[in-house]
Amino acid sequence: MRLQARDVRLAYGERVIVDGLDLGIEAGTVTTIIGPNGCGKSTLLRALGRLMKPTGGEVLLDGKRIDKIPTREVAKVLGMLPQSPTAPEGLTVADLVARGRHPHQTWYRQWSSDDESSVTEALAMTGLADLAERPLDELSGGQRQRAWISMALAQGTDLLLLDEPTTFLDLSHQVEVLELVRHLHQEAGRTIVMVLHDLNLAARYTDRLVAMREGRVVAAGTPHEVLTEDLLRGVFDLDAKVIADPVAGTPLVVPIGRRS
Amino acid sequence: MSALALRVAGLSWRVRPRGVAVTVGALAAVVLLMALNMRLGDIPMSVAEVLRAVVDAGSDNHFVVMELRLPRALTGALVGAALALAGAITQSIARNPLASPEILGVTTGASVTVVAGVVLSGSAAGGVSGALASFGIPALALLGGLTGAVIVYSLAWRRGLDGYRLVLVGIGVAAVFTNVKFWLLTVGDVNDTGRAMVWISGSLNGRGWEHVGPVALALVLLIPATLLGARSLDALRFGDDTVTSLGVRMNLARGLMIFAAVLLAAVATASAGPIAFVALASPQIALRLTRSAQPPLLASAVVGALLTTAADLIARTAFSPIELPVGVVTAVLGAPYLIHLIWRARK
Repeated sequence: MRLQARDVRLAYGERVIVDGLDLGIEAGTVTTIIGPNGCGKSTLLRALGRLMKPTGGEVLLDGKRIDKIPTREVAKVLGMLPQSPTAPEGLTVADLVARGRHPHQTWYRQWSSDDESSVTEALAMTGLADLAERPLDELSGGQRQRAWISMALAQGTDLLLLDEPTTFLDLSHQVEVLELVRHLHQEAGRTIVMVLHDLNLAARYTDRLVAMREGRVVAAGTPHEVLTEDLLRGVFDLDAKVIADPVAGTPLVVPIGRRS
Repeated sequence: MSALALRVAGLSWRVRPRGVAVTVGALAAVVLLMALNMRLGDIPMSVAEVLRAVVDAGSDNHFVVMELRLPRALTGALVGAALALAGAITQSIARNPLASPEILGVTTGASVTVVAGVVLSGSAAGGVSGALASFGIPALALLGGLTGAVIVYSLAWRRGLDGYRLVLVGIGVAAVFTNVKFWLLTVGDVNDTGRAMVWISGSLNGRGWEHVGPVALALVLLIPATLLGARSLDALRFGDDTVTSLGVRMNLARGLMIFAAVLLAAVATASAGPIAFVALASPQIALRLTRSAQPPLLASAVVGALLTTAADLIARTAFSPIELPVGVVTAVLGAPYLIHLIWRARK
């Protein structure tokens, strides 16, 4: 088990978002957390990435409490793409991606050849090599998102947490990002946890789906096990037909209407 | 990428040629302007005479240059460097080009305590010209500056340090301090307040080696320290979640860098009074000259020294024989610049 939440309670001040949640992430899997807006899926991802400290329970990284491991050591094995991240004005793509090397650098080792090759590789993987010198503000939403993913890749961690990596992207770029995720998983054996809104894409690119509602895990398992008509009704208040995706054979959700 | 990698046996550094050129060029300009500055005074000298006086201990002007003019010029340059470095750090952490040590409560805190000290003690302790001037005022300024920073810092702290919250609290606290200062000025004796006014507009007049020492020491210790922290500072300019994801201990790094900025600003203010706009403008000028994405620390410091030295030169020559406090000139130069920044931010 790479990453584990045990009886986790997460709250912003008095407002409890997640309570008594258990979740385990196996090595080498792609896990996607789904659920309606406000169900606590991003909050859970932030806690898994030690961006938020649980008020109860614990998060374990490779069996050790994540808050007891120096944050820099965590950053060497766990990379995280936060939801709508902000960058300083005027920063170029290359500078942004280079920043991903931060945990591997010290004042006397500021730019090793490892750093350089990781950045070049990350830029190539996301197809941004030609845009490297462009300021981030001048890119389209999709290009910018790929630049941020590129930064997380340059960090060189085998665990990646991606909070809605496909927001702002048109369908073809969404597929492109998810193909990249699949590539990272299949070729490089990385463990990935994402939050996604598109259930059909989630089903297609994921080993394991975790469905949440009101801060609890309602169902977890393969897309076939989780994406059922009953679950969609219970979790999303959605009447839908689930058929087989004619391309991939994974479950395909065809909405009928919202349950009143 | 405009940075070159310098690699020696497993060690590696990043060097921006443009940044190096700007820093070295500005440093040369500082030395030149200091020499021009040291010509001025009761005994006018040429640059050649100034240089001879510095190297030749037997020359007529040796005492005047070494004991009066050099320390004054050095105080100006070092105070400018310290303020600018403090400004570069503050702007990086607040992620806001309008942030400066005024925001941290340092300069306004120092002004209030110095005015209070001068006005309340009156001429009892020899006024602003006696022992109080040499030791009392710097001590009061340091105390007030650090107290102001502690007040701003503790009010701004809420389960962590947020850049915007820091700026807002800082502006509020500065407004309170400024009003207390004006109130003290209105109730004080007219002679005392007149002298206090010169100090709070930032002046290099009559600065000696005792003013050089503390600033030089602060810079010698804190320049290397802040350069070591510069990488964290670069990371701190991102959103909080990104900073933590990159393995930076965010609140610790922010706290240490702000502490360094507060010390630099407090020591600088103690030496020469709150010289306006140097901390605000220098990092932004250095940023544009070096074309980097964040205020470069070393280049900002040198630009700060340059700005202050140039302003002092103008202050002493523009309305000769009347000498203006250097802070008046930096304020006159800085105000349009501030308006420009705000106008740009609105766009």
